[in-house]
Order: sequence, then C-alpha cells, then structure tokens
Amino acid sequence: MVSRIERDHARFRDIVKGKIKQNLKDYISRGEMIGRIGKQYVSIPVPRIDLPRFRYGLPETGGVSSGDGEVGTPLGPAYDPEEGGQGDAGNQPGEHELEIDISFEELAKMLGEELELPRIEPKGSSRIEALKRVYRGVHLIGPKSLVHFKRTYKEALKRQLVAGEYDPDDPIIIPIKKDFRYRGWKDIIQPQYNALIVYMMDVSGSMGDEQKEIVRTESFWIDTWLRSQYKNLETRYIIHDASARMVDKDTFFRTKESGGTLISSAYKLCNILIDREFSPEEWNIYPFHFSDGDNWSSEDTKICIEILKNHLIPKSNLFCYGQVVSRYGSGQFIKDLKENFKEEEKLILSTIESKDSIIQSIKDFLGKGK
Amino acid sequence: MIYGTVLTPELQKLKGEIEAHAHGYGLDFFETIFEMIDYKQINEIASYGGFPTRYPHWRFGMDYDRLSKSYQFGLHKIYEMVINNDPCYAYLLNSNSMMDHKLVMAHVFAHCDFFKCNMHFFGSNRKMMDEMANHATKIRNYMDKHGIGVVEDFIDICLSIENLIDYYAINQEDAYKPIKSDEEGSKNKVYKIKSKQYMDKYINPEDFLKQQKERLDKKKEKSKKTPPEPVKDVLYFLQEQAPLETWQKDVLSIIREESYYFSPQGQTKIMNEGWASYWHSKIMTQKALRDSEVIDFADHHSGTVYMRPGSLNPYKLGLELFRDIEERWDKGQFGKDWDECDDYRVKKNWDKKLGVGKEKIFEVRRLYNDVTFIDTFLTPEFAEGFKLFTFDANKRTGQWEISSREFQKIKDKLLFSLTNFGQPFISVEDSNYKNRSELLLLHRYEGFDLKISEARRTMEGVYKIWKRPINVRTIIQGEKKILTYDGKEHTEENYD
Repeated sequence: MVSRIERDHARFRDIVKGKIKQNLKDYISRGEMIGRIGKQYVSIPVPRIDLPRFRYGLPETGGVSSGDGEVGTPLGPAYDPEEGGQGDAGNQPGEHELEIDISFEELAKMLGEELELPRIEPKGSSRIEALKRVYRGVHLIGPKSLVHFKRTYKEALKRQLVAGEYDPDDPIIIPIKKDFRYRGWKDIIQPQYNALIVYMMDVSGSMGDEQKEIVRTESFWIDTWLRSQYKNLETRYIIHDASARMVDKDTFFRTKESGGTLISSAYKLCNILIDREFSPEEWNIYPFHFSDGDNWSSEDTKICIEILKNHLIPKSNLFCYGQVVSRYGSGQFIKDLKENFKEEEKLILSTIESKDSIIQSIKDFLGKGK
Repeated sequence: MIYGTVLTPELQKLKGEIEAHAHGYGLDFFETIFEMIDYKQINEIASYGGFPTRYPHWRFGMDYDRLSKSYQFGLHKIYEMVINNDPCYAYLLNSNSMMDHKLVMAHVFAHCDFFKCNMHFFGSNRKMMDEMANHATKIRNYMDKHGIGVVEDFIDICLSIENLIDYYAINQEDAYKPIKSDEEGSKNKVYKIKSKQYMDKYINPEDFLKQQKERLDKKKEKSKKTPPEPVKDVLYFLQEQAPLETWQKDVLSIIREESYYFSPQGQTKIMNEGWASYWHSKIMTQKALRDSEVIDFADHHSGTVYMRPGSLNPYKLGLELFRDIEERWDKGQFGKDWDECDDYRVKKNWDKKLGVGKEKIFEVRRLYNDVTFIDTFLTPEFAEGFKLFTFDANKRTGQWEISSREFQKIKDKLLFSLTNFGQPFISVEDSNYKNRSELLLLHRYEGFDLKISEARRTMEGVYKIWKRPINVRTIIQGEKKILTYDGKEHTEENYD
C-alpha cells in the first residue's frame, strides 16, 4: 500500500519539479542549477515554495534568548543576503532555499522534453556483451564475507529449538559451523552499450573564465543526456594550447595556459586514445571540442581536417565542435570546417555566442539522435 | 489502534508501572494508547501534525521531505509524539532503548494531563482523530468532484490566512455574531440619567444630552457598517459573507476548525513542554530509573533541555519556571511582604516553610497559558539566573546583537513574541469599503511593519475569496498607508 504521506510527498516533488522544468532554460543558461553532484543525484537549490502570510519581517522584531555576552555582542547575520537588508526591496520569495534531489535520469528526461531531444540510436547491434554478477540464492558453503546472517541465525534458532536448548527468557543463539549459510551469485551475460565522451578544450590565452564556464555548463548537460542513453559511460578530458595532454576533470575546467593554439595536437591525442583504449566496434564515441577557433596557422588546420576525415569522424558517432565567442571575437576554424565538410552528417558545428546560446548549442549537438 | 501495533509484554508492564507512578503524583489524564512505530512512520505522523489521517496536501509532503532528510543526516530525531484526543494517542520510536521508552512514557503522561486539565484545552474537540479523518474524506470527495488542482489551490489560499482567527475567543462561535436588528429599537433613544423632574436640568444638562446624542449618532453610523465592530475571526467572516461555493465554504470551515484545534497547543508550548519535562525528570529520578540507566538518562535529559547559546529552549524555560514556582511557593516567596522587601540578604534566606509548591504548580497548569505564565511568574531573579537577554538586528553591521539585559525589556519582548504567536493582529474593518463592497482589513500596528511582499501575495489569495478589491490599512515606515489589490495590480496610498 502506498502510504498517504508518500502521495503527498510525491505531489510536493511534482510541484517542485514542475518549477524546475518551468525554469529549466533559465537554469541552463545561468549555469547555477548545479548544486552538489552526487553519483546518482544532483541537488538542485530551488526557491522554497511557501504559503504567504501576514507577518512581520523578521529582522524587525528581534527576540529573546539566553546566554553569555555583553550588550552589543554580535550573534550572527540577521539579514538574508538575498534580501539585501531592505525590508521592502526583495519582492521575490527567495528566502529559504530548498534543496531537492533529482536523479540524473529525471533531469535528463526534463532536458529531453524541454529541448525535444530524440533518443539516441546506438550504433551496431547488441554484440557487445557484458558480465553482470547478481547475488541470488543461498548456499551451504562460501567465503566468510558472504555469510547470510539472518539465515544463519534462523538455522541456529531452529536447531536450538529442536534440541530444546532455547530458553525464551534468556534468548542466546549461537550458530555452529553447520548453521552457516552463504549468499551465492550467478554471472549473467547482458548486451550492453558503451559510450565514450572525449571533451577537448582549447585553453590558450584567449579562452577566458566566462568561456570556460560556458563549456562547463554545456558539458554537464551533455553528460547528463548521454548518461541517460548509455548505461556505461566513460569520459576523458583533453586540454590543449600548442600541445595537448590528458587531464582529469578538475584540471580540465580550471587550467589556464597562455600559449598559442595548435588544434591538431588535441585531435592527434584523441585519435591515439581511441585507438589504444576504445575500439569503435565496442564503443559509441562522442568527441566534443570547444575552442575560440583561433588556430595558429592554416597549415595546422589542414592537418586537423585530415585527421577528422580519415580517423576521428569515421570512428565516432558524432563529432561536435563548439566555437565559443571570446572577447577577441570568433576565429576562422569553424568556417574552414564548414567548407571542407559540407556533406558530412556526423560533424556538427555550433557557435556559442554567450550563455544564452548554450541551449541552442545543446540542441544542435544532440538533436540528431545519433 | 492506528497502526495496530501491540506493545511487547515488557513494555506493557513498563507502561503500567509508569502510569501508576504518574497517578501517584496526582497527574490526571485520559486513557493513553501507545503505539510502537519506526522512524519513517513517526516522520509521517509528525508531518501530519500528529494525526494518522489528514486531507491530501503537498505541504505535508514538504514537511516530510524536511523531516526525513534531517533524520537521515542525523540532525534530529523525534522521540515522542502525543495527540490531544480522548483517548490520547502517543507514539514510541522502535529504535529507542528501554530507558528512552520509559522517559518518553513519563513525558507523555504529563502531556496528557496537561491536555485534560489546562483550561485552554476545555473547548477543544477530544474526538479530533475522527474529525480529522472526516475532513480528509470530505476534501478527497471534493477533489474527486472538482479536480485536485482546483481544490488544492483553494486550500493553499485558506492556509495562507489560517492564522487570521481569534485566538483568544473563549468560544469560537462567539467570535463573530451578526447584529440583531430587533435590539436596535430600544437603543435608539438618547440616554438620560434617571432623575426627579425638578432636578432634571441639573442632572441631565444640555451639554450632556448633546454628548449623548452625538454618541448615539455615531453608533447608528457604525451599525450601518458591516461588520459593526472589527471582526478578528477573519476566516469566519469570509466563510459567512464571501461569495463562495458550498464546497469552498466547507473547505474554509475545515481549515478554520483545525486552526482552532491547534491553537491551545500553540498557546501553551512553553508550559506544556515544561510540565512534561518536569514530570519525566521527577518520575524517572525518584521512581523509575534503574542504576544501569543513569548515564543514558542524564544524556537524554540534558539533550532535551540543552540550550544552544543564543537560542531559547521552551522545554528548559518551562521546566525551570515550574521548578522556580514550586520553590518559591514552598518557601513562601510571594505576596505583599515579599514584593515589598528589597533587602537582598533577607530575600535570599526567605523561607516560611509553607510547602504549598506542589499545590501551586498544579493550579498554574490548570489556569495559565504561556502569556499569563510568563507575565506572572517571570521574575528579575529568574531572568538573571537564566541569563536572558533581548536581541535586535543592527542595521549597520547586519548582525543580530544583544540589545539589553533589562528585565522589563526582556519580559516585554518575550510577551510580544507570545501574544498572538508573535503574529500581527488583522481584523475585518469594513466589508463595504468606499461603498463599493471592497474589503478593508485593519492591521493593528504594534510598532513593527508588515512584511510587504508577503502581505501582497496574501492579499492576492484573499481576493480570490472575496472577488472584490482588498485593502489593508497599516503603517509602513512611519506613514499611514492603505495597500490595495484590485485583482490586477497592487497600489498603495496614504491616509490620515
């Protein structure tokens, strides 16, 4: 039976989710949505939904309390920073924030509905097989670490009852060796789709903090969406200026270099990575590259096109290039790509002018369902 | 039985034992039924204000969300829940130790005694458990008929004004009475003091008669107004006068009834918790506690009455006040002599060995509520010993600051925060304002401004009930203002 509170709880969550969905586009472009990110949930701060009342503004009235201290001893902040201290100023109900846990699945669903993203058709058939270990059944032998305590004690209790050793007033149950029961497992073979996302970012001097913020926000949403589509998702991060290297996620978003830009270095590294670890037969591969498009030389651009044509595009499901407009303007690279890959469906280009264009760009990248 | 749980024989025995102790001390309570439930169930029950069945509403879900999260994070744990009902229902948390159960039982019996014996509870419905279930059924039926969203939206509006009742009305039904027209006739004559005819012009001089006439005119003027006198029970006024559909009236009356039901508990929070803490500690330390449980008891009890620096714990305040009263009345530290004595040394050693402390605290628990309790029994000595202070916001630094340790200021502020639950007094002044059947609400100004943003949102809700413009007369930053919401936009204007 679903208890009443669960229904009310679900109703409450629906209302909150409705609010998030309503404002999803704002959340995306402001990039503030992401609170704590856990393994399965993301905590999203939402303005508390409350019922308005006739009441006093709190800082006005003060109160009574107890403890040590002289007159004038400060006790803590009295004003909500958001309200700015002016009784009348804030007309938004932003008082207390509520944190709501939303699973990535739900978030992706919202994103999908909001941006009308099609589901992705994984390439290849289900020929990739993965072993899955499930624990089921109880066995008489097994390792200590898999002792099934409840069953063990049940056996011991049974034995003691039969033997007449059980005293209800002093219920001490001690299992002996033959009482022990162990969990058993079975390996199941399941078809599985794997996906790899390679994020590449230009960290040369011309990419400022704002541009990186855009990349950060966009990659969060891309991650969320692809994660909902593939069970097994790997991500790799590559940064480059004149040379490229693999980094972890933190470094990816924080590093700022000042060198020139050789995009080919990143593409080469990406290609090596795929060849070494992720065979295209088994993996759905999604390289994303973000840059301001100011490549060092047209020579290098030629090399890039070469690598794309012969290696990266054939190996990938999609190759996405997002050109972020920086304060130095937008570079030539996107135009070069456009000219050279007029017919190529697997290459997607998108210009991201500001935070507001993130939504359109996500749509560009993921709107094809590949 | 709500969850239909049965106490284990051990707990059953314990219950009998504690109950006997409680009776032995003179506590007087309804039959009390304990149920053993798990933390999920206790969070559920707590979200519903103690009742197993309430009407469906998301607010309960929100409370549940908050409670279960803070339980999971280990921030709090609900030890005890008890419902003012006959029989009283109380809940025990199954993860608690035997000592905890004992303590909770002792605490609960004292609460039940308070519910039964405090006069502010005399008017409360002792079959509220059934009533709440009826409310739930009714509202669920309305939802089936009119749609969940429609009913829920209306409940939202009612809840946002659920505090606009007359908390101090002795009888709910007296709170608002329409005037009877037949009474008017006799009152239409100018008042004269009875006198012999030859004395009449001295006893009822012209001036006096004129004054009386004016008074009568004023009264007549007033009686044309609806309501003739301001109505504090705004909910009842709306229920009777607003153009609502039958189901809406019913929902409004349900919210109002529940609001009145919870009101005595709100009015006696400090006393009720203090009373229960007083008795659990007495019963435990004098009777029920076993040697091996002393440490656990001390730990639990100190947790209950712990005062985080800078906050006021009603359990502790109430407990200490009851103990203080008991001591003072035992020693005879009251009355004219005591009040007039200003020799500190004499006062300190004052002991007339009257021994009427116990009698007194039983009397106090019968007659007082938090406001009168603090007003009567908070003494300067107590405030000092308890390290009470007032705090206010410092506009310059944006910090709360200790603003005073003066007794009178502390008392005033404490009483202010308790009177009307520290909420503004709002009453219906005129339902035909500007002769355009607009509603005029009056905020009785007590020196503090309303929170305007929220007042406006509340007015939007009231508009949906009244369906004509809503006005609120108040004072904002020293200026007399009338806030108006006409269904489309908010305006404000000054008045004299």
